[in-house]
Amino acid sequence: MAELRNFTLNFGPQHPAAHGVLRLVLELDGEVVVRADPHIGLLHRATEKLAEHRTWLQSVPYMDRLDYVSMMCNEHAYCMAIEKLLGIEPPLRARYIRTMFDEITRILNHLLSLGTHALDVGAMTMVLYTFREREDLLDAYEAVSGARMHAAYYRPGGVYRDLPDRMPQYRQSKWKDAATVDALNAARQGSLLDYLEDFTNRFPTCLDEYETLLTDNRIWKQRLVGIGVVSPERARALGFSGPMLRGSGVEWDLRKKQPYAAYDRVDFDIPVGSEGDSYDRYLVRMAEMRQSTRIVRQCIDWLRANPGPVMTDNAKVAPPSREAMKSNMEELIHHFKLFTEGMHVPQGEAYAAVEHPKGEFGIYLVSDGANKPYRLKIRAPGFVHLSAMDEMARGHMIADVVTIIGSQDIVFGEIDR
Amino acid sequence: MSAKLDTLAHNLNECLGERIVRHSLALDELTIEVRVADYLSVMRTLRDDPSLAFGQLVDLCGIDYSAYGSDVWTDPRFAVICHLLSLDNNWRLRVRVFAEDDSFPVVPSLTSLWTCADWFEREAFDLFGIVFPGHDDLRRILTDYGFVGYPFRKDFPVSGHVEMRYDPTQQRVIYQPVSIEPREVTPRIVREETYGNPRHG
Repeated sequence: MAELRNFTLNFGPQHPAAHGVLRLVLELDGEVVVRADPHIGLLHRATEKLAEHRTWLQSVPYMDRLDYVSMMCNEHAYCMAIEKLLGIEPPLRARYIRTMFDEITRILNHLLSLGTHALDVGAMTMVLYTFREREDLLDAYEAVSGARMHAAYYRPGGVYRDLPDRMPQYRQSKWKDAATVDALNAARQGSLLDYLEDFTNRFPTCLDEYETLLTDNRIWKQRLVGIGVVSPERARALGFSGPMLRGSGVEWDLRKKQPYAAYDRVDFDIPVGSEGDSYDRYLVRMAEMRQSTRIVRQCIDWLRANPGPVMTDNAKVAPPSREAMKSNMEELIHHFKLFTEGMHVPQGEAYAAVEHPKGEFGIYLVSDGANKPYRLKIRAPGFVHLSAMDEMARGHMIADVVTIIGSQDIVFGEIDR
Repeated sequence: MSAKLDTLAHNLNECLGERIVRHSLALDELTIEVRVADYLSVMRTLRDDPSLAFGQLVDLCGIDYSAYGSDVWTDPRFAVICHLLSLDNNWRLRVRVFAEDDSFPVVPSLTSLWTCADWFEREAFDLFGIVFPGHDDLRRILTDYGFVGYPFRKDFPVSGHVEMRYDPTQQRVIYQPVSIEPREVTPRIVREETYGNPRHG
């Protein structure tokens, strides 16, 4: 009889289901995974080291490039850590705007994760549907910050500017005739808040559409149910957070337990799974999108009724207004100092965490009083989740590894940093 | 919040007592410092004692203090900083432990207590060269295969030491010393505390 040996397979780093650049070394016994050894770092850009050589403000755009599908949540943690060290509190309106955009970001992230997960598992249609709605939300990003993805909109002390009163319009061109343009612009006649309100009206129907495609889909369930089961005890020991932890039935959400921004002023529920398998994590993410829509809706109502400043008036942190800078010597000096030398953050250390769409995203900052961080540590949720890959994949078929990667919602920008 | 932190500080004193070298409460965050020798036992108490119940190791990272502030740093250079979280009690704690030897920093591994310490320690080893005895798979994690040096140490330049390019004559990828001139766009400045305060001119 021939000698039987395990063989080793390189999965990635260029595999479409590797969600970026994951090199997964799989030791296989036939089709069953005996050991999974993820090799990461192929997207390592030393963000933390770079931040030590940039002023506090210059590092904000680096945060967008960490988890590049939930940009504003990354910025949020970074700004919160700086604000904690400075001892300032952004105005309430800025906190509401942050809450609203955090939830928009959560929907963006879950839409991408859902679409690509389904794509990996074999349901091509999903990604076409989810990217349709992502487009609408990316337009909201663009309207508020000028960038579709890397917004750099949150700043220490508040947000860059108030919400715009009008939405950018499509224009007629060789590719878009008048009727198409009118249809595209129909929702864009009012302010950004009107546009988002229209979205929150439409979105629950879209979610129902996704559910009809997936939730009771026999193939989808065959691929997800009972795959990558993590018990609540193991989920805690492995350091899981976010939907990964809640999918295992642990009710833990920083937005409720340690509220930040305006989360203590809005009403929402925390969906929790019961089995801890990939299917439960899918259901948790679906339910979270519904809750996010609910939060966005509440924020829209509040923001309509309560105009006000969106940036702290502390001149050592926030730049002065353009007019003031041009007419007033003191403001000119502040402007000059802020953009040449940057703000100074008092000595100390702070850890700020947000409930990122993927889990607990934390920023640990050490300052020695200089105009640059002394040490920045990014606590990425995906890093911890991926480290549990070996345990989750062991004993499953090789095709299930793809399901597990998808249900972990892996994005390499944050894991490799 | 502060009442909760007081309870936590009290419980910490009860359980750890002498084993805490220093503790501080700043910005609503509690930090304790422990000796390397006590580190493992302290962490075990923090995890297992029901009055503390830090079930989660949220983060573990290395830090190089050698360039801290404008004065010369005389304390040990490398430290490991852990962030703990208790899901049951909903509180957080930061634990700092200085590695005694600057040339060969050693801190015991937490992998026996928290499974997720595995990759965090590999990262601290990779970036700072801190060695974790008790870790059974201490490989580099983020840097390239065959990377030399510890890139997050303060004496490692941002541009690195080597660069990689494709050499058409040898028809393979080669490493060569970097050709980048180091530059600093904004100088690093530490101001005295009264700087910019109108009362001090």
